[in-house]
Amino acid sequence: MTEAQHPLDHLLRADRLPHIWCPGCGIGIAMRCLVLALEELGRPLDRVVVVSGIGCSARVAGYVRLDGFHTTHGRAIPFATGLKLANPDLTVIVFSGDGDLAAIGGNHLIHAARRNLDLTVICVNNFIYGMTGGQFGPTTPLAARSTTTPYGNFEPPFNLPALVAASGAVYVARWTVFHVRRLIAAFQEAIAKKGFSFVEVLSPCPTGYLRRNKLGEALEMMRYFKAQSEIRHGADPAEAGIEMGGKLILGKFVDIERPTYQERMRKQLAMFFIEPYAEKVREEIEAEEVES
Amino acid sequence: MFEELKRMESTGMKTEPAVPAQSRAARRSHGHVFLLAERCKGCRFCVEFCPRQVLAMSDRFNSKGYHIPIVIAEERCTDCKMCELLCPEFAIYVVRIEGEER
Repeated sequence: MTEAQHPLDHLLRADRLPHIWCPGCGIGIAMRCLVLALEELGRPLDRVVVVSGIGCSARVAGYVRLDGFHTTHGRAIPFATGLKLANPDLTVIVFSGDGDLAAIGGNHLIHAARRNLDLTVICVNNFIYGMTGGQFGPTTPLAARSTTTPYGNFEPPFNLPALVAASGAVYVARWTVFHVRRLIAAFQEAIAKKGFSFVEVLSPCPTGYLRRNKLGEALEMMRYFKAQSEIRHGADPAEAGIEMGGKLILGKFVDIERPTYQERMRKQLAMFFIEPYAEKVREEIEAEEVES
Repeated sequence: MFEELKRMESTGMKTEPAVPAQSRAARRSHGHVFLLAERCKGCRFCVEFCPRQVLAMSDRFNSKGYHIPIVIAEERCTDCKMCELLCPEFAIYVVRIEGEER
């Protein structure tokens, strides 16, 4: 057999494939959608950085042929914050899982949204802590079994789009790994959006979640995504909670405009800094306003 | 697969691809499916969600012991790239073959 090349191999570290994810895991699909979205956006790829924390989804930073930052658990957003503030021209994408972003890094998530930092956060939600052995996490639905809730989970889960939208994000969407084309479009919109944009990607975890809940293989979950999804753009994210086996509300929930962290910072500091610097910043702000 | 065929027969749908060679459909653009068998982990997403049933599971294994899919009816492929987009392993891709008609 001749050495065949996948058309996306130039965007991946193909020498590290096949990757570590289980058969049927959806993170590979989310990663493909991200690289496809970046390729179609046509941004210079040497100015794109993928930052991730710890977990299965966080492995993405090591598989894409982009600058990657595999950081400590839950701290992907703080690292990305520093990266973005020191290098404002970089496109910074945080790609991590629900446990990393919403539990250990939950505080960073809401505060980054509150500040409206110009970041794109992609959260792969597989309802469980996959890599550490299937413990329940902040997004595990009620009554779901896990290694640490053998009699069913009784903690109400986070509704991530509602959490992030309430904290002040300017772009909030939710898709599943079955809705690939919409996911690519959502990633493009989120990356192009100025401010804190958040995309939740629902994904099957065949080993940690499905097997323990006797929900079959990953294929069953994909069929469920196909059958039970309801696309409601502009819906109130508070009504988009996830129940086990229930309807999944997908779509673009929030797409608004708010001044970003850097815009506010520069405007505020320009009032107090010494005149020559303030003058320069004022000119920059005016030039930007003329452009837009 | 077999149940699906039975269901289609019972509802009176045609089971065989209705595309004789040299017909109009054969001259349209279509896709050529490539499999990178060593990357496959046998999740069957490509087989299940191909809208034209181009793929099926084979009883062959790759060197890691995963069942791999097989292309059974490439003439039905319309280059929609659903298998390529849904493959979590970057193990399948479709190359467009331009037909005479556009």
